[in-house]
Amino acid sequence: MKLNTTINGMPKNLEIRPDDYLVDVLRANGYLGVRQGCDTGNCGVCTVHLDGKSVLSCVLLAIKAEGHEITTIEGVPQQAATIANFFVEQGADQCGYCTSGTVMNILYMEQLVEDPTEEEIKHFLKGNLCRCTGYASQLRAIQAYFNLRRQQKSEGQVPRGGYEDENRKPESP
Amino acid sequence: MITVREVVVPSTTDEAYEALQKNKFATLLGGGGFLRMGSKNITTLIDLSSCGLNDISEQEHEWHIGAMVTLGELERHSALNRDFSQLFKLSVQHIVGVQLRNVVTLGATVYSRYGFSDLITGLLALPVQVKLYKAGTMSLEVFLEKGVEGRDLLEMIIIPKGKTETFTTSLRNSDGDYSLLNASAALFDGNWRICLGARPGRAQLAVKAMEYLNKQSNWNEALEETARMASEELVFGTNSRGTGAYRKEMAKVLVALVLKEVANSETEHNH
Repeated sequence: MKLNTTINGMPKNLEIRPDDYLVDVLRANGYLGVRQGCDTGNCGVCTVHLDGKSVLSCVLLAIKAEGHEITTIEGVPQQAATIANFFVEQGADQCGYCTSGTVMNILYMEQLVEDPTEEEIKHFLKGNLCRCTGYASQLRAIQAYFNLRRQQKSEGQVPRGGYEDENRKPESP
Repeated sequence: MITVREVVVPSTTDEAYEALQKNKFATLLGGGGFLRMGSKNITTLIDLSSCGLNDISEQEHEWHIGAMVTLGELERHSALNRDFSQLFKLSVQHIVGVQLRNVVTLGATVYSRYGFSDLITGLLALPVQVKLYKAGTMSLEVFLEKGVEGRDLLEMIIIPKGKTETFTTSLRNSDGDYSLLNASAALFDGNWRICLGARPGRAQLAVKAMEYLNKQSNWNEALEETARMASEELVFGTNSRGTGAYRKEMAKVLVALVLKEVANSETEHNH
């Protein structure tokens, strides 16, 4: 069957099977930044955005993306690089397998919470498991990233939201 | 792992129900989270995404919440949470992560009557009605106890508005794991409701404890006894997460905790 969707702003018409999961379809079509991990909806490495919301692509059947907009880590290169630099500075990269999913969830958090507290960061990142870091270095990196964003916003350099596209609105309500 | 031969995406609940009755092996697709955990050969998968069940709507005297609303939408809906003292946020916030909660749906959770459900425990603290396509409208407690005849589909839940204080909490071996025990309580238009879930059976109201507390003039003096009664009247079982005896002991603690939270909120808001 055909899947009509948009991936990173590009309309796509993909051939899929009814029981294909989104993670498999994305990886089969070259979006290898989307990692495959637990395949049971627990680890968060497969996180992508569906219409701007973080979802687990290993839980979502690809048919659910029909007519919707998917964003993978490949679709947010500048933001990903910025966050990745903070991860490197804080030693939070290590094996890096979970990083792309974590970055996507950080960008989602940024849409919903302008200036997250430590508690809010932990709440949002609870669904992104990391076997290397123990999370302390990730937390430092995320806080440093939000400090930068706060500074940029106060200087009027960037709009609110993880995407640097003004057409992207935070979800309602 | 699941296999699916065919997907249908009905645009109305009439079409969805017809497709469900046409093939006894047809399966309804909510978010697909629990389906992912199992193994099933599905001939027809009925995706309810386009049936118009995706809204949370405030009416004059009640809230209507469509079956395809995700747990994430419930968690973040400020007006709904304001009316029910953050009950929805508190009920779902420990379920895995935000990404899963943006996928799994209210309808799949409620219709499946999962014993482990944190959300059902929270909902049962309120006088919630479920609206099913064929069986019509009934209270959540009756639906949880008796289910429905044949194969039906949940359209929405209906929550009446009222003067409400609520609280819910859970006991877990680790954050993000299934609950070992859930408890919730509400004071709705002056009447107490007390619920225990993940016993590990389906959530149930502690009716005798509710009746006892509703007769008391000084709630604070009766909370501990009410919690003891709730732990005595419901049945607790054993699974890999905990024994029935442990659950029964902890039920006293959790019920006392939720009752105190509700009583304190009521006092704060009235004085």
